Amino acid sequence: MRYLPRFVLKISGVVTVIAIWGLVVQVTDSPIIPGPWAVARAIHELAVKGLLFKYAVASLFRVTWGYLLAVTIGVPLGLMLGWYKRIGRAFNPTVQVLRPISPLAWIPLAILWLGVGDGSAVLIIFLGSFFPMVMTGMNAVRNVTPTHINAGRNFGLSAWRFMWSVLFPAVTPQIIAGMRLTFGIAWLVVVAAEMIAVNSGLGFLIVDARNAGNRYDLIVAGMVLIGTIGLLLDVAMRRLERLESIRWGYSTSAIDGER
Amino acid sequence: MAETSPDVRRAILQEPPGPKREVPAPVLDVAARERRELARPKVALRGVSMVFNPHGKAVRVLDDIDLDVDEGEFLCLLGPSGCGKSTLLNIVGGFLRPTSGDVRIDGEVVRGPDPRRIYVFQERGVFPWLTVTDNIGFGLGHLDRAERQRRIKHYIDLVGLQGFDTSYPHELSGGMKQRVEVARALAVNPDVLYLDEPFGALDSITRLTMRAELLRIWAAERKTIIFVTHDIEESIQLADRVVIMTARPAKMRRIVAIDVPRPRDLSSPRYIALRELVFDELGLAHRI
Amino acid sequence: MTETRQVPPANEPATQPPARRDWSGSGLALAGTAAMIAIWQAAMFVSDSKVFPSPLAVARGIGELARTGRLVMYVTDSLMRVGIGFSLALLTGLPLGLAMGWFPRLGSAVNPVMQILRPISPLAWIPLAVVVFGISNAAPIALIFIASFCAIVESSMNGVRMVSQVYVLAAQNFGLSRAAVFRRVVFPAALPQILNGLRIALGLSWVVVVAAEMVAVDSGLGYLIIDSRNAGKRYDLVVGGMVLIGAIGLLLDTLVLRIERLPAVRWGVDART
Repeated sequence: MRYLPRFVLKISGVVTVIAIWGLVVQVTDSPIIPGPWAVARAIHELAVKGLLFKYAVASLFRVTWGYLLAVTIGVPLGLMLGWYKRIGRAFNPTVQVLRPISPLAWIPLAILWLGVGDGSAVLIIFLGSFFPMVMTGMNAVRNVTPTHINAGRNFGLSAWRFMWSVLFPAVTPQIIAGMRLTFGIAWLVVVAAEMIAVNSGLGFLIVDARNAGNRYDLIVAGMVLIGTIGLLLDVAMRRLERLESIRWGYSTSAIDGER
Repeated sequence: MAETSPDVRRAILQEPPGPKREVPAPVLDVAARERRELARPKVALRGVSMVFNPHGKAVRVLDDIDLDVDEGEFLCLLGPSGCGKSTLLNIVGGFLRPTSGDVRIDGEVVRGPDPRRIYVFQERGVFPWLTVTDNIGFGLGHLDRAERQRRIKHYIDLVGLQGFDTSYPHELSGGMKQRVEVARALAVNPDVLYLDEPFGALDSITRLTMRAELLRIWAAERKTIIFVTHDIEESIQLADRVVIMTARPAKMRRIVAIDVPRPRDLSSPRYIALRELVFDELGLAHRI
Repeated sequence: MTETRQVPPANEPATQPPARRDWSGSGLALAGTAAMIAIWQAAMFVSDSKVFPSPLAVARGIGELARTGRLVMYVTDSLMRVGIGFSLALLTGLPLGLAMGWFPRLGSAVNPVMQILRPISPLAWIPLAVVVFGISNAAPIALIFIASFCAIVESSMNGVRMVSQVYVLAAQNFGLSRAAVFRRVVFPAALPQILNGLRIALGLSWVVVVAAEMVAVDSGLGYLIIDSRNAGKRYDLVVGGMVLIGAIGLLLDTLVLRIERLPAVRWGVDART
């Protein structure tokens, strides 16, 4: 019963925003901006046509591919750049210059290399997730407690054993946290990626709704769906993260608290 | 205080067995006791109890504590970790309200934290975004600039941090940070100082130095000090009286008056005897 | 292990000032960057592409932009948009975030809204922004505002929430009013976290402005990229624009990092490592 007030508080914030939104639309009587009710109807329309599911899956499919590629290449690279200081220092400027470039800015090059279609969309998502994962890897190595490293060296472990039993467990919690954040970023990028002529997906929905008839209710419906799915995925990943942490017996506070 | 006949006094002497409490009863050294009876204690705890309810279960942390602390006295609360002594100090400091009982300072009931009684946390109480000077001057905003600077300088010298006035805490060692915190507390000229295991984060060598420093400062400024520790030696080296507390729920087990003259000779027979007394009281072995 | 990590033990703080600039590090950086450019050039020879530019072509392209004055114009346009949008977000988001952190009930009420708005990509807001604002400066500014607003609110709120309770208690002990506790203790204590959030928000703004300019306006670095491709397949300018974007983004980031290293804030950085 104690949880009820907090829950109510959270819901009330959301409800208030929706109410204000509806009110503003009513008051301004704008032909352009759809009210909450119109958006709800649009979502329903998508669900009925079966497009809701189809588009969501298409977007998820592309995101997952680009994201997984980014993780498998980016994390080891980041770990390496973080661990081998000299290599890290040598290539850090390159990473730092490429990092601020919006995935959207890569679109012309993506189309040049892979043409129009799924390939370039996945490439864009890959680029959007790659740099955050490299940074995560680098930072994770930097934050490993020296105590652990020294203990590993003390026991005269071989390089491979050391990596396996000391380094990887130590960086895992941070890597996993970084993976969750990067997945959020990848999900953000999907809209940009799907602006390249593909013909399915939630990003495509938004772009198409504007081009083919100014269906603003669909535009906002798409945004709401993207936001909601993004939130659900984030929550799911947090659950997974907690599971993972428990399994390893770590929490980041346990590592930080080592003094 | 009404005069009682010597016979009544002797009758009162027969204290019941069980956990001993220091009750201001007329005994033996009449003069000293009566002097203390007439002068109101600086800090008076009456029936202080504390019950926490973390997950709906009631946990009794403090059980009916009665205690008097005299003005200018250095009192130690000694007990094992987690026995509730920090809770007690928090209550005296006004950060917690006791479940029952009250704390009076100079006769007034304590209702909240007060600049007249400063609590010294472990080194983590120092504000990291301020220099040593600004930390010490934190409570001195009401003074004019010249007076403020004079006071800050006085306390920097007193705690031995000359030359570090513009340093930031993260450039200092643990012991130095602790000195900053003590200086900050003293600068506002409080009546009472509460110290909660202030040397706990320091190594034992630094601790010895810091204890000597603290006593030196206390002798110079004669504040009332209530000091919480789990270190037996520390309590005997520092305090006028040591209040030995039991494990949770904490009660006062015994109050031991440390009558070794200052500066305390740590090898004197009296010191060793008192230490043995405390060891026995806590049921600890004499050989390791 | 080829490299050892030299870190002073936890309880002996390094009381010396930070090391002077490490010239060997800079040498390595130069070497690494040169290597990347060399690889790029080599790839050009190998692929013999007619379209993809070589490093030299890109450099020449940037030079051309500088000569015609377009470089300065585009960079100024982009920076101006970031400046306005970010400042607006800062002026509204920072007080809100601080309030949400300091007044828990406000935080609980508003936070869920933030959590839903945050995952919505600024990129997704683009079509709506274009619809509402048309092709004008307002569209990218609005997008930058939305993107940085959420980030700033979140980090300031967390910054306030994570201030150690000991500081608050100590301040109360000195008889400070609630407002004074916030002003003199909580805010400075939260500052490292807040600045970190600002740095991230600034980085985000820069990414968003470029994206917005590709769609919604007709000037700026983002526009340069899309226009160079559409109006003549000038890929040397495309890549040149990307290089500029990266360089300026890095510059902005470094600037805030400098601020984060000021003595009154630096303790937060040291505490984090």
